[in-house]
Amino acid sequence: MPQIEEHYDIVVVGAGHAGCEAALAAARMGLETIIFTVSMDSVALMPCNPNVGGSSKGHLVREIDAMGGEMGKNIDKTYIQSKMLNESKGPAVHSLRAQADKAEYSRAMRMTLQQTEHLTLRQAEVAELLAEDSGISEEGSASQKAADSGESSISQKVADSGEQKEALRGKRIIGVRTLSGGTYYAKAVILCTGVYLKARCIFGDVSNPTGPNGLQAANHLTQSLLDLGITVRRFKTGTPARIDKRSIDFSKMVEQKGDEHIVPFSFTNTEEDIQREQVSCWLTYTNETTHDIIRANIDRSPLFSGMIEGTGPRYCPSIEDKVMKFPDKDHHQVFIEPEGEYTNEMYIGGMSSSLPEDVQYAMYRSVPGLENAKIVRNAYAIEYDCIDATQLHASLEFKEHENLFAGGQINGSSGYEEAAAQGFMAGVNAARKIKGLEPVILDRSQAYVGVLIDDLVTKETFEPYRMMTSRAEYRLLLRQDNADLRLTDIGHEIGLIDDERYAAFCKKRTAIEEELARLQTVVIGAAKKNQDYLESVGSTPLKTAAALSDLIKRPELNYELIAPLDPERKPLPKDVIEQVNINLKYEGYITRQQQQVAHFKKLEKKRIPDSINYDEIQNLRKEARQKLSQIRPASVGQASRISGVSPADISVLLIYLGNS
Amino acid sequence: MIYKNDTIAAIATGAASAGIGIIRISGENAIEVADRIFRAKNPNKRLVDTPTYQALYGEVVDGELVMDEAICLVMRAPNSYTTEDVVEVQCHGGMILLQQILQVILKNGARAAEPGEFTKRAYLGGRIDITQAESVMDMIHAKNELAARSSVRQLQGALSDKIKEIRAFVLENVAYIESALDDPENYSLDGFSKELQDKVQNTTEEVDRLLRTAEEGKMIREGIRTVILGKPNAGKSSLLNLLLGEERAIVTEIAGTTRDTLEEDVMVQGIPLKVIDTAGIHETVDTVERIGVEKAKKSLEDADLVLYIIDGSRPLDEDDSYIKSLLQDRRVIILVNKIDVEQVVDKSWITSNIQAPLIEISAVTGEGLTRFKDTLTEMFFHGKLSMNDQVYITNLRHREALSEAKDSLMRVLDSIGQGMPEDFLTIDLMAAYEQLGTILGEQLEDDLADEIFGKFCMGK
Repeated sequence: MPQIEEHYDIVVVGAGHAGCEAALAAARMGLETIIFTVSMDSVALMPCNPNVGGSSKGHLVREIDAMGGEMGKNIDKTYIQSKMLNESKGPAVHSLRAQADKAEYSRAMRMTLQQTEHLTLRQAEVAELLAEDSGISEEGSASQKAADSGESSISQKVADSGEQKEALRGKRIIGVRTLSGGTYYAKAVILCTGVYLKARCIFGDVSNPTGPNGLQAANHLTQSLLDLGITVRRFKTGTPARIDKRSIDFSKMVEQKGDEHIVPFSFTNTEEDIQREQVSCWLTYTNETTHDIIRANIDRSPLFSGMIEGTGPRYCPSIEDKVMKFPDKDHHQVFIEPEGEYTNEMYIGGMSSSLPEDVQYAMYRSVPGLENAKIVRNAYAIEYDCIDATQLHASLEFKEHENLFAGGQINGSSGYEEAAAQGFMAGVNAARKIKGLEPVILDRSQAYVGVLIDDLVTKETFEPYRMMTSRAEYRLLLRQDNADLRLTDIGHEIGLIDDERYAAFCKKRTAIEEELARLQTVVIGAAKKNQDYLESVGSTPLKTAAALSDLIKRPELNYELIAPLDPERKPLPKDVIEQVNINLKYEGYITRQQQQVAHFKKLEKKRIPDSINYDEIQNLRKEARQKLSQIRPASVGQASRISGVSPADISVLLIYLGNS
Repeated sequence: MIYKNDTIAAIATGAASAGIGIIRISGENAIEVADRIFRAKNPNKRLVDTPTYQALYGEVVDGELVMDEAICLVMRAPNSYTTEDVVEVQCHGGMILLQQILQVILKNGARAAEPGEFTKRAYLGGRIDITQAESVMDMIHAKNELAARSSVRQLQGALSDKIKEIRAFVLENVAYIESALDDPENYSLDGFSKELQDKVQNTTEEVDRLLRTAEEGKMIREGIRTVILGKPNAGKSSLLNLLLGEERAIVTEIAGTTRDTLEEDVMVQGIPLKVIDTAGIHETVDTVERIGVEKAKKSLEDADLVLYIIDGSRPLDEDDSYIKSLLQDRRVIILVNKIDVEQVVDKSWITSNIQAPLIEISAVTGEGLTRFKDTLTEMFFHGKLSMNDQVYITNLRHREALSEAKDSLMRVLDSIGQGMPEDFLTIDLMAAYEQLGTILGEQLEDDLADEIFGKFCMGK
């Protein structure tokens, strides 16, 4: 029977937040790219919370924006409320969060994909990966070389024994086949399957074999992964109900407005560019009645009855988890967030659940303002297959399967932003591989993206992984305000930041450097007019002459406040002033972290060759040998972060490497 | 921490050598550190200006306090054993003095070297070959195990409980701050710094108390593990009392040891002994007594020295033959006790059956004590006796870790005083947490995430 057969450089499986970034990056780098989605109506879908950003997630968005990612631009186009969180805290933890108009977000992203050269969108379920022997494996057989003629298919057996897995190692991925039999050859395949692999939505005793929102699940690809010897896990997450706005009494809730002055996500936008009228969110609380209802019906929860097998995230517990785990708390926050401007649906933040429908009604209606709530969509838990990401290099390419990459929730992460960040890097690295270039690997001192990927590929994750600022050792250096300073060079080098934008960035960087240098050289004396001014702004008089940079370091002063003492000053853009202030005010802490980074880099630079055989290193402890053999870290630094590898093992490894 | 390329220091000469003791400092700041603790006789000379392979003569100083005369030899990178800048401080021997000087060096910017770390650096610098390197790997492991064992030995009981308590306090507060940073709409930090200030103040004082205890030597229980062995009523306890009465240095009774063995720290002519008094060894059917005998045998396992006490006024019997069998491959001094009364013991049997010096003493009158001490000192300085230096290094590291933890907590107080936002406080709180963790031999892993999720209700 004749079948469709097409050739591309890159195939992206899935058009969620990871897939979109991967496909855009690859196509913009000039590679012919095709992206598959189970539904053209679910491109960049936000099936859970209606916002982008938040603590540490906002950092991720800013970082990929600095390198030429799309998420920041897309949310700037479609936000309906914006807030900078933690403004009263240090600059390292300022985090941007915007409410999105979900439908607009999805539509705008789809339009961007459709307007991008070299990019093809295709609605189809990818059912199978096509592989050939890479020649790395010793067990390779000639028959599989027939792959080029389109004859090749991977084994249909389940590779459950170690021996079979061994035999399947060293495969090269050459394309995909869709459920309808179409064959798409590619030089690289990027898996961004999100929560769709064997997805199952569950509430009460209802179990639907679908993806989010009743979308078609991808029920075939998991088997193909297993056949290739890839280890698969089962994870779980959940979402709250959506309630009809007309049935909510907002007078019983506290209004949550957006910021008056907003900061765009994308470094390409200014506040003025994206100014718009904002929509409010609302705050209310659960109470003991709510909790009683939940406790009385807990035996009907599929989580407690054992119907759900997947591992859920501790940081994103359902309301029943919260009530059972924290019995002392007599109330929990509930945020009512609009899903968009052209819908009545409101997202009930804080009350995700998999309780039966009737219990959901009772529990939501016990919350002030929701007494007459009408549910539009039920809350549910969703289970899905994902991979053990320690099977990946930090480039997000599979170690044992050449040309196969993975990004997003399939790697065991959670969150739109985590997905986008990985998708972006997977797209960039797949494209670079095809071009014969080294992968771009960000380390933990460069970006949250680096922390995220390093954690995923180094530490075995047994629950969906969420970014947190506390996971970044050098968070004072990895601020959202300096993401461009950290990463624009890289974005330009990989070809996703054009010369015009790069020139504007370089101008900003120079302005910061020059202003910092100038402030150190301008010294003011203890003249009465200076002293009077300092006292008038609540500071103390000078004892000796001082450089302006030293004055800015005083807690009660800043760059703007000392303007009257600095008549030579030229007007500078807001973002330049921000950097000057931060660099001076936190200089001591920043310098300390930079020193720590210098130490950190030394170990990161010590590469471990692919050919290393840990069994040959006698003095390694058994546990360390096993873990190192399993994860195969790329550097001694990465090795030192594997749990079960001790400092003594690292010493032994260093000595061994020094020798070989 | 083991792989930091910072500046390290250790005593390079064995505990036994008399005459000159050497402390070696290596790393990028080695010369600066040495310069801080050394004052050359010629006031115009400084170590930082000294060319490689030249030495200066002068004094080791702790601030204004002169500690010892010394010669400092400067070896500049890459022409040194480790290929880094190295300074050798050669001073007068004596373990105690060397240890004190080492502490001053650590206070001035070096850290105590890990086991095998000088050799490791020599290897990584391409200084030694693979055969040597392999023995280094062995050593790293052997020493780490030893260190781990000895730190557990020292840390049983109150001290480790205290450290765990302090760590738990630190982690809980960091977790609260992190929860509030992660979910600011749910957890508020209003007024938290003020509250934290008092708590951190108290904790700093607690760490400081531990540190002072360490400095007074109560935590440091290094010394030559000396087991007193003998039949019942041979005079073991009298001997211990004699040693204690004469030169009582530090006396502590370890809580938690059995009622059958008693440990005491004694200083004999500057040599630290950890003396373990045991139950009398004899064949018995009494359960309680048998347990005592087993404990005594057990304490022999890691003894550096055995003092075998024989009652000179009684004839030898089968129990002595049994004890003889326990003494194989042990460093022993035989003490024939009770020479103040009539002697019946067969000394020729003893000397022909046990290879060890024999000294006659009276634990009651003190006769022969000087001879015993001289023998001990001689053995020590001729290298026949050595203490487990690893225990000492472990102790030094504990002290250093406590001191670093204290510094970190002080920085937290500093930051609070300056009105820094809470996320800055976690930097130094976490540092204190990690430093205290090194004492317990614990790695960081996912403590913080576990604490955040375990104690605070997060998320949407």
